[in-house]
Amino acid sequence: MSDTLSTAWALAWIRGAQAVLAENRAELNDLDRAIGDGDHGENMDRGFKAVAAKLEAGAEDVQGVLKLVASTLMSTVGGAAGPLYGTAFLRAAKATTGDVDSDGVVALIAGSLEGIVARGKATTGEKTMVDAWTPALGAAQAAVGTGAGPIAVLRAAADAAAAGAEATIPLQATKGRASYLGERSIGHKDPGATSTALILACAADAAEAL
Amino acid sequence: MTVALVIVSHSVKLADGVVELAEQMARDVPLRAAAGTDDGRIGTSFDKVNDAVTELRLAGHDVVILTDLGSATMTVESVLDFLDADEQEHVRFADGPLVEGAVAAAVTAQVGGTLEAVAQAALARELFASG
Repeated sequence: MSDTLSTAWALAWIRGAQAVLAENRAELNDLDRAIGDGDHGENMDRGFKAVAAKLEAGAEDVQGVLKLVASTLMSTVGGAAGPLYGTAFLRAAKATTGDVDSDGVVALIAGSLEGIVARGKATTGEKTMVDAWTPALGAAQAAVGTGAGPIAVLRAAADAAAAGAEATIPLQATKGRASYLGERSIGHKDPGATSTALILACAADAAEAL
Repeated sequence: MTVALVIVSHSVKLADGVVELAEQMARDVPLRAAAGTDDGRIGTSFDKVNDAVTELRLAGHDVVILTDLGSATMTVESVLDFLDADEQEHVRFADGPLVEGAVAAAVTAQVGGTLEAVAQAALARELFASG
């Protein structure tokens, strides 16, 4: 256990995310089929497989890993998730320097959320991935306030993202293609919020396994 | 130099069709489709959009970009973010209706419209005027 998360953590995080997104490919497709175009699982799986292949060569620092994720997702994902996650990882890279401490985890999540909001122009309560990232940031900030280390801060963020994703179920989508469904979007979990929760859980898992 | 258009769609067939339609009335306007994913599925590609814009800019054209759905718009905005500030001056994203906007923009470019005029035409505002 150390007070900072290094390049090894970032590599383990993204490799773990690749495996978890591959496992959850069918579930994410099903969620997306209910309120979208049914390809979110496929798109995320393809994007992270491409990322994992590029990471074989390793990376210099945490920011190098995040930037590689950003550029690869932008050119391989295809759906809305490409530019959204691409921008999120790019802003996360720019928001941090070197190894990541507790404040760095908050900066990383804040950068991601800011990128997603800038790109997608969504706000909370619209049944999007913003509904997972926003509580994740709040929980991370609260954890830092109690003096938690980076691993505990990540776990708090991941748990809040998972709860946020569950809380999208009763919401009516007012952003993105799901909004075309109007009231029929109620009762389904948002696929982007779900993949956000999975990816943040992988970040916490990788930190705890170090 | 004529203003050029890039048509960004999730579907290659849709983008090719829009180009086909627009070029009927704008024989001298460079029209590029940037559609589908890199491996030919439904979706949009950062690289395809970026390549089309770069190619037209290298040929000296100002560029107006039109899109079909929201995630294509996000791809285009990502490409614009990555352009240098002085390059951004020569490229506009017009968030209008794809078919009507492309035809209106192409005609405006054909008759020598400026970048701003073509981008305005691409919004096809008169379609949505009330009364």
